[in-house]
Amino acid sequence: MTTPVVQARGIVKRYGHVTAIDHSDFELRPGEVLAVIGDNGAGKSSIVKAICGATIPDEGEILIEGKPVKFNSPIEAREMGIEIVYQNLALSPALSIADNMFTGREIRKEGWMGKYLRMLDKPAMEQFARDKLTELGLMTVQSIKQPVETLSGGQRQGVAVARAAAFATKFIIMDEPTAALGVKESRKVLELIQDVRARGIPIILISHNMPHVFEVADRIHIHRLGKRLCTIDPKDYTMSDAVAFMTGAKEPPAQDVA
Amino acid sequence: MSNTSTSAQKGQDFEKTLDQSDTKVASFEVKHHTLLERIQHLLHNNPTLVPVIVLIISLIAFGLIAGGKFFSAFNLSLILQQVSIIGILAAAQSLIILTAGIDLSVAAIMVLMSVVMGNLAVFSGVPSGIAIIIGLAGGVGAGVMNGWFITKVKLPPFITTLGTWSIFYALLLWLSGAQSIRGQDIDAEAPFLKFFGATFNLGGARITLSALLMIVVFVVLWYMLNKTAWGRHVYAIGDDKEAADMSGIRTDRTLLSVYGLAGFVCALAGWASIGRVGSISPQSFYEGNLDSITAVVIGGISLFGGRGSIMGALFGALIVGVFRSGLRLSGVDVLWQVFAIGWLIIIAVAIDQWIRRVSA
Ligand SMILES: Nc1ncnc2c1ncn2[C@@H]1O[C@H](COP(=O)(O)OP(=O)(O)O)[C@@H](O)[C@H]1O
Ligand SMILES: [Mg+2]
Repeated sequence: MTTPVVQARGIVKRYGHVTAIDHSDFELRPGEVLAVIGDNGAGKSSIVKAICGATIPDEGEILIEGKPVKFNSPIEAREMGIEIVYQNLALSPALSIADNMFTGREIRKEGWMGKYLRMLDKPAMEQFARDKLTELGLMTVQSIKQPVETLSGGQRQGVAVARAAAFATKFIIMDEPTAALGVKESRKVLELIQDVRARGIPIILISHNMPHVFEVADRIHIHRLGKRLCTIDPKDYTMSDAVAFMTGAKEPPAQDVA
Repeated sequence: MSNTSTSAQKGQDFEKTLDQSDTKVASFEVKHHTLLERIQHLLHNNPTLVPVIVLIISLIAFGLIAGGKFFSAFNLSLILQQVSIIGILAAAQSLIILTAGIDLSVAAIMVLMSVVMGNLAVFSGVPSGIAIIIGLAGGVGAGVMNGWFITKVKLPPFITTLGTWSIFYALLLWLSGAQSIRGQDIDAEAPFLKFFGATFNLGGARITLSALLMIVVFVVLWYMLNKTAWGRHVYAIGDDKEAADMSGIRTDRTLLSVYGLAGFVCALAGWASIGRVGSISPQSFYEGNLDSITAVVIGGISLFGGRGSIMGALFGALIVGVFRSGLRLSGVDVLWQVFAIGWLIIIAVAIDQWIRRVSA
């Protein structure tokens, strides 16, 4: 078997009296879309944040492509090519699309202007942003210099996904990317997910929306009460099975079904 | 203010054709905007437009009311000279307010560092250059102290700088013994401290170096805020600190650098104030904190952070100067000058609120 992209064992994260992650395992395989489902407060966001350095787990080990890692910040994970699209997007509304795509990894001009005056290469950044949005079929915005706050919800999601897709080399985490979107905009995001997978980049998709999950996921990780309950193959189970496992209405299959 | 280079122009054309090719998916809702909505959008994209228009209108109005003496080269250069110190303080204040903070200690840092420079150079025989460097470094230290309390101890900027305002003010009273350093003593011992009081002739107007320094400070900070990654981070932090954190900005480090830089600019204002005032007085610029905030607010920089151009604060400071001078030359009592500035502040904040409500 090929080495998993992410392998986490026995992760624990406590917030005071709340145990958000309770000795949970996690596995992401090359090239797949792994859906993570579970009730509100089950700890889905917490476990993916532990994987990308946004929170530091109290216990447990994380292997990325077989190598143990200990991230102290999301910046360190990002430097390895791990990108996350947060539930609340993490965009700066008043800044432009191009500025937002490059936040924290801006391109400086070549030569002395960049070196000594630290001048940004805005044309290069704008061109890159435009190319990436075009690639993902998102170039319906009027101008790349437009502030993000003038975009619709779906377009903002598009910018956040494009940013992740543009810089991810290992994998992308998406936390409830369709939760706030309408039907049309959700479709667009699902297409984006498939586009990204087609380029060989695996995706962790947290979602509540069973039709979406069953449409795009290769495997489903069911999270319950802070830990992985089981993983299933969406071809072998129905949506109501998945909901029954996740709410505890039905006994889960053994861990290694999928 | 933004530069529309040819490549960007080409880019927009390119986007236009793309728009035509693919408008089915997630396309824009085409709304018909009323004139008022268009103005709102325009101001939203160019927040400095309001202060520029106000400045131009007030220049014309006072020119008509007060006549030729207002528009004389002498009077205009006097306005520039009078606003220079508050202008530099407003530049420092803008940096802080752009991060959604506030600094009540700017004037105290300024006066404290002018006292430090004066004490060292005039009374302790330290060479002026070194005294100035120590004063400027002290400004950085004072700013970093504010920044440390705000980022590491997680105190709100308002409370932190309210506290350090008192602390710095007490220190400067102690260091100065509540006594001014007289102009003659400075001239005799350390004339270089008065460097920024020097003037040069420009088409009949006498421009002081402090006014020139103010312009240079604004241009340099404008460059840093708009053309460097650091500047983009300052805006992102003021916009939404949590989002900035999550998108990989080292927000605490950036904030610390902002407060340190603001402290440096305040100390620079302290040096310039020695030349501008002619002496070093611990009682001077007691209202400088509020005056700097006034200039920033009138300049269209949002008190909620992340919005506005630092150049707005320059125009804000100039508007205050033009109002003071114009009303005085029109023979209006000082109390009405204060009254007018008060209304300017309230109107500026109301306009900011209105602009921020812009619909997507
Ligand atoms: N930063 C935090 N501080 C305190 N409690 C938290 C924090 N983040 C998450 N929790 C708690 O941990 C549990 C799991 O939350 P979360 O991972 O957001 O769940 P999910 O994403 O599955 O809805 C919840 O009980 C939540 O209240
Ligand atoms: Mg969540």
